[in-house]
Amino acid sequence: MSAFRLCAQRLPGLRSFPKQPASAITQKLAVSPSPPSRAQLLNAARLSPRPQLRAFSASARVSHGHVDPPKPGEELYVTFVDKEGEEHKIAVNAGDNLLDVAQAHDLEMEGACGGSCACSTCHVIVTDQKYYDQMPEPDDDENDMLDLAFGLTETSRLGCQVKMTKELDGMVVKLPSMTRNLQASDFK
Amino acid sequence: MLALAWQRTNNTPPRIAIIGSGPAGFYTAHRTLTRLPTSHIDMYEALPVPFGLVRFGVAPDHPEVKNCQDTFTKVASHPNFTFLGNVSVGNPSDHDHGVGVSLGSVMRNYHAVVFAYGASRDRKLGVRGEGLKGVYSAREFVGWYNGLPACAGLEPELGRGEEAVVVGQGNVALDVARILLSDVDVLAKLDVPEHALARLAESKVRRVHVVGRRGPLQAAFSTKEARELMRLEGLAFHPLDKGLFPEDLKTLPRASRRLSEILLKGSPTPVSTTPGGKSWSLDFLLSPSAFLSSPDSPDHLSSTTFTRNTLTSPFSPTSSVEPLNPPETITIPSSIAFRSIGYKAAPLQDFQTVGIPFDEGRGVVKHDPAGRVQHTPQDGGKVFQGLYCTGWVKTGPTGVIASTMGDAFATGDAIVEDAERLSNEGRIKGGWEGVLAEENVARERVVSWEDWNRIDGAEKERGRELGKEREKMVQTEEMLEVLR
Ligand SMILES: Cc1cc2nc3c(=O)[nH]c(=O)nc-3n(C[C@H](O)[C@H](O)[C@H](O)COP(=O)(O)OP(=O)(O)OC[C@H]3O[C@@H](n4cnc5c(N)ncnc54)[C@H](O)[C@@H]3O)c2cc1C
Ligand code: FES
Repeated sequence: MSAFRLCAQRLPGLRSFPKQPASAITQKLAVSPSPPSRAQLLNAARLSPRPQLRAFSASARVSHGHVDPPKPGEELYVTFVDKEGEEHKIAVNAGDNLLDVAQAHDLEMEGACGGSCACSTCHVIVTDQKYYDQMPEPDDDENDMLDLAFGLTETSRLGCQVKMTKELDGMVVKLPSMTRNLQASDFK
Repeated sequence: MLALAWQRTNNTPPRIAIIGSGPAGFYTAHRTLTRLPTSHIDMYEALPVPFGLVRFGVAPDHPEVKNCQDTFTKVASHPNFTFLGNVSVGNPSDHDHGVGVSLGSVMRNYHAVVFAYGASRDRKLGVRGEGLKGVYSAREFVGWYNGLPACAGLEPELGRGEEAVVVGQGNVALDVARILLSDVDVLAKLDVPEHALARLAESKVRRVHVVGRRGPLQAAFSTKEARELMRLEGLAFHPLDKGLFPEDLKTLPRASRRLSEILLKGSPTPVSTTPGGKSWSLDFLLSPSAFLSSPDSPDHLSSTTFTRNTLTSPFSPTSSVEPLNPPETITIPSSIAFRSIGYKAAPLQDFQTVGIPFDEGRGVVKHDPAGRVQHTPQDGGKVFQGLYCTGWVKTGPTGVIASTMGDAFATGDAIVEDAERLSNEGRIKGGWEGVLAEENVARERVVSWEDWNRIDGAEKERGRELGKEREKMVQTEEMLEVLR
């Protein structure tokens, strides 16, 4: 089976057209440690009154995120800092990749190629070198895509290629803004 | 926030027309519907099928790149989204049974109009012999192997000889080289249409020169594309002169350094002297001066001549070149040549009637940083109310889908920012129904999203019979026939 078919089946959902905004929020709050942060409450308040969205994704083919909620006691935590600077701390399973996690939680990560390491729209920046060093090194294909990422840093990775492990528990990653890439992407 | 404020003050949802259904059109729609879900978007597409260069440009052996179509398909499922396929705006349709509507009518019937019609021409070299048989534009060749209706009849002369020249060193040039040198059995499993496969199977091409004006540190192709060619089984790469690179690669920026390493490492397959071995080379510092024929076949290309250049500052990515002094020329035997020096956008014919300026030099619609269409500086540089551009017709024909997406989001944000003002003008706009009332349109020829799903299904079905992903229909009549 080609990579294409595999990926087509995964169909990461459109982050921005949540199927059930309300339950997504509940889930977000439920997995959060102790009291929900201000950012999360704000986010919940902002997202809930949007009935039109439901009608839309009722016809979408597959709902987003293919991550199961972790079993109690087995949670690992990763925090995403979005473009507005809001933090989203999320409980995940070992083995989940950051693209799936972000999309399951309606964070703004496009994942245009569906996680097949062919687009760089899932670029994340690991904020702490300590965690970056805990990851297996990016392979050639990931580095080739990172070469095209806008705002590349020393601790940049592709979210679809980073799998959560015990060593990464507590990691914080930033979502860079997807503004135009003015670098080496000349498709002449 | 803006969206909510807007809903309180106004009951007229903004009606938006997007012209073009490539990544720029779809990502702009995606952003706009996300931030302003009450807006109504009608997407006009000149061809009966959507997705622009994702279907007709991106190489068949890059199926993962085409996964963005899944996102586009979800955007199309939004209740406020309407696809109007087979409808060309501002230009007459280029095929039989295609529909054309005037830009003026579209502008009257929407609060906002977005130009997302891409770059569908190509640049010419302007050298002697460019019109010989056997000289093609990469754009036509790419269109041909991807089943673009306008290029389906190209019939490139791949069987006349072993050596091919590609002029230009961007990613499209490497796509062309890779398709020329790939194993046809591998291509047969992808969505290369049968007519192209048959001809590629008879190709005699075994040696491809990818020729550029400047050096490796100025070349436009990406590491990924170079690596793919190095990885092709049984394909040799002619080793490069180390003098083209700085002694210490670590002095280079990351992307250049990584690319240099790949180029210097070369291919695992050595260049063989046995007949039948396939190979490619990157030939640097050469500008084409003429395409030549031979006396026994005066209409056909037989070789290409180049003048040698030198770089003014060899290791700078922006270095310019000048011809060697005294001049030197070299001739490369070539039975076929492709010029791959860039796509080019053209103004819509109706731009003149409605007074929209076009920057011919850069091949873009004039716009402010966000993507609002602008008057020329001579005309005061003010923005046009409710006119936007996005994608290659905004940025020029460069950039991968990721950058086109970032750019489309900027345009989407500008629309959302302006929406309140645009629709607060109070006028209700007729949208597509309004256009239909004004224009003489054969309604039954318009292709809806459901229609596209039927064409898509029929293509996949034909593909299944042939053991491949899909068998594209390469004629617009064929596509429309499915819908009868
Ligand atoms: C050969 C090639 C290979 C590429 N490979 C890759 C790759 O592997 N990876 C990658 O990331 N990027 C790749 N790219 C880049 C990518 O295709 C572009 O970034 C992107 O397609 C640009 O999007 P666009 O929407 O501006 O234009 P387009 O994709 O060209 O879309 C424009 C659409 O507008 C329609 N249209 C034109 N005129 C009218 C009209 N008058 N009325 C209505 N509709 C109209 C056209 O039919 C077309 O569907 C490649 C580009 C090329 C040329
Ligand atoms: S989703 Fe495309 S590279 Fe990660």
